Amino acid sequence: MPNSGDVVSSSDFIRAYRVMLSARVLEEKLASLYRAGRIKGGVFLGRGQEALSVSVGLALRKGDIFAPLIRDQAGRMAFGDTALDTLRTYLGSQLGPMRGRDGNIHRGRPSEGYYAMISHLGAMLPTVAGALLAKRLRGESGCVGATCIGDGGTSTGAFHEGLNTAAVEKLPLLVIVANNQYAYSTPNSRQFACANLLDKALGYGVAGYHVDGTDLTACLSTLREAAHMAREGGGPQLIVADLLRLVGHGEHDDSHYVTSELKASDLGADCLLLAEAKIISCAWATPEETANWRNETESEINATVDKVRREPGPDPNDDDWAAYSHTAFVEHYVPV
Amino acid sequence: MSEITYLEAIRLAQRTALASDPRVFVYGQDVGSFGGAFKATKNLAKEFPGRVLDAPISEDAIVGVAIGAAIEGMRPIVEMQFADFSTCGFNQIVNHAATLYYRTGVPCPIVVRLPSGGTEGGGPFHSQSMEALYAHYPGLVVMTPATVEDAYSMLLDAVALDDPVIFCEHKFLYYHLKAKALPETNLPIGKARIARSGRDATIVTHGAMLHEALAAAKEIATDGYELEVVDLRTVKPLDTDTILASVARTGRLLCVSEEWPWGGVSAEVLARVSSEGFGLLDAPPMRLNAKDTPVPYHPNLWSVHRPTASAIADAARRLLHI
Repeated sequence: MPNSGDVVSSSDFIRAYRVMLSARVLEEKLASLYRAGRIKGGVFLGRGQEALSVSVGLALRKGDIFAPLIRDQAGRMAFGDTALDTLRTYLGSQLGPMRGRDGNIHRGRPSEGYYAMISHLGAMLPTVAGALLAKRLRGESGCVGATCIGDGGTSTGAFHEGLNTAAVEKLPLLVIVANNQYAYSTPNSRQFACANLLDKALGYGVAGYHVDGTDLTACLSTLREAAHMAREGGGPQLIVADLLRLVGHGEHDDSHYVTSELKASDLGADCLLLAEAKIISCAWATPEETANWRNETESEINATVDKVRREPGPDPNDDDWAAYSHTAFVEHYVPV
Repeated sequence: MSEITYLEAIRLAQRTALASDPRVFVYGQDVGSFGGAFKATKNLAKEFPGRVLDAPISEDAIVGVAIGAAIEGMRPIVEMQFADFSTCGFNQIVNHAATLYYRTGVPCPIVVRLPSGGTEGGGPFHSQSMEALYAHYPGLVVMTPATVEDAYSMLLDAVALDDPVIFCEHKFLYYHLKAKALPETNLPIGKARIARSGRDATIVTHGAMLHEALAAAKEIATDGYELEVVDLRTVKPLDTDTILASVARTGRLLCVSEEWPWGGVSAEVLARVSSEGFGLLDAPPMRLNAKDTPVPYHPNLWSVHRPTASAIADAARRLLHI
């Protein structure tokens, strides 16, 4: 475990905080658009998980691979995703990267190393492992790949197969487990029987890290260390963070099953507020400055929402309805 | 040059692909120095060091790895030890590989080789024909080569394609089907082949059933009837034009498939001919499939579980009212 206090500079911390703030503000906007009926389908937010998520995105660099999951708005933005692409996907703009063909958190730009998750948990582990294997086969070194999952996702066969495969190949894969205590409504006690998810690192023969997911400094330094170790040939790195999601599984869920004791515990702390308090107590910025940052972010995001809401949705008459890149293979089933 | 088996054609196609395209690698259980459960990758690990990789017994991860590598520009060939085991990798195939291009615009050029179909003693879990299952999913190309020549050339085509390919190679043909030489040219992917010309009825089939159908046609010829036999080659896309043109010539259709009947390739062929070529038919279209049970182990049971030349000949006689 790295000694986190000394390695994160004020500028790195503030940079991370501002990405977290952008994600938070954007997600607040998504929630209000959902409540107003402007978004079709689900809305899945990462409130309370931004410190961990942003640290993943910031530990990566160009040429790396990132396959985020559903609570990684902050990590996505740190890796290069934008409010514009996010809103275009949620609001179904034809101009977005998914063109209305997929929505919400199922977005990405795979050709830029930013993979579009499928809903089946664990599936992105072997996928990122394969991307890293490809880079090794081509002789490219120094890259890492990261993928995020939750406590529930660690129960899947895909998680097991993917992490084991990455370990066998000693691939530079970061697997970040956000243990937010519940998989939808199912608590840890009904999800796994080991004392700590970190125990799995030993079982798979990979390096393991435990981090307080509400502590931005700890998250930044842990992810930085893990990425460094992977880059240097240390093989897969399993990072387990304890935290609580401060929202429902999706915006349709009131998360009544989360106990009040848990909400009142340290796990229930809001990482964004903790980070802001640290900025102010260290005098890296004044409360007025942080308030201004929020105002600036809100203005930008509101302007982006206004722009995207004027954009066209996909036109079924214009879609080529082609699931094949080789268009000759597209069959037509309409009666002749 | 000695004769080339269907299995050797598959090995040679992989060798050619590895030699000609640095993006190609082979990934699967026991494919490395052991050369694969059926020896379809024999000596390839030695000839192409670091490019023929043993995988853990993790079908889901094997396909996931292939997808990630394909996104990064590689051309992985995955060997499933048996087609039956691909159900453990089903999610990655149908939900990830098959959807990637439609969702993201990024193609997924993987080939998943499925040693398919029944052999004596194979039993319920080493005998399945899964082409219809995969053909059901948009985004997958499903190939079912029935000849040595197609096994070679279609596998090379599969590797060259940007779309994910399920390559159903038939284990029954591995050793006894032989050719004098590898082909120089071949039909395009998605094009069926008239394997035998005839005027009285059309048999549409694929995979190992082609050879049972050809034997049945030979038998029926002694009765004075000529059966036309269409080898589908790929079941997705399905060459409806060639099927309809044949039915237009003969007026009668029997579709033969080793798969289970419900929702299989034969069901799809019959549906298309019934809806698009109803007026061409002089008799109700027929189909002949494996029995609707798990594939039995004992040769006495297995030999009548799947369609055979004599069962096909019997069905053809009913179709022709002989």
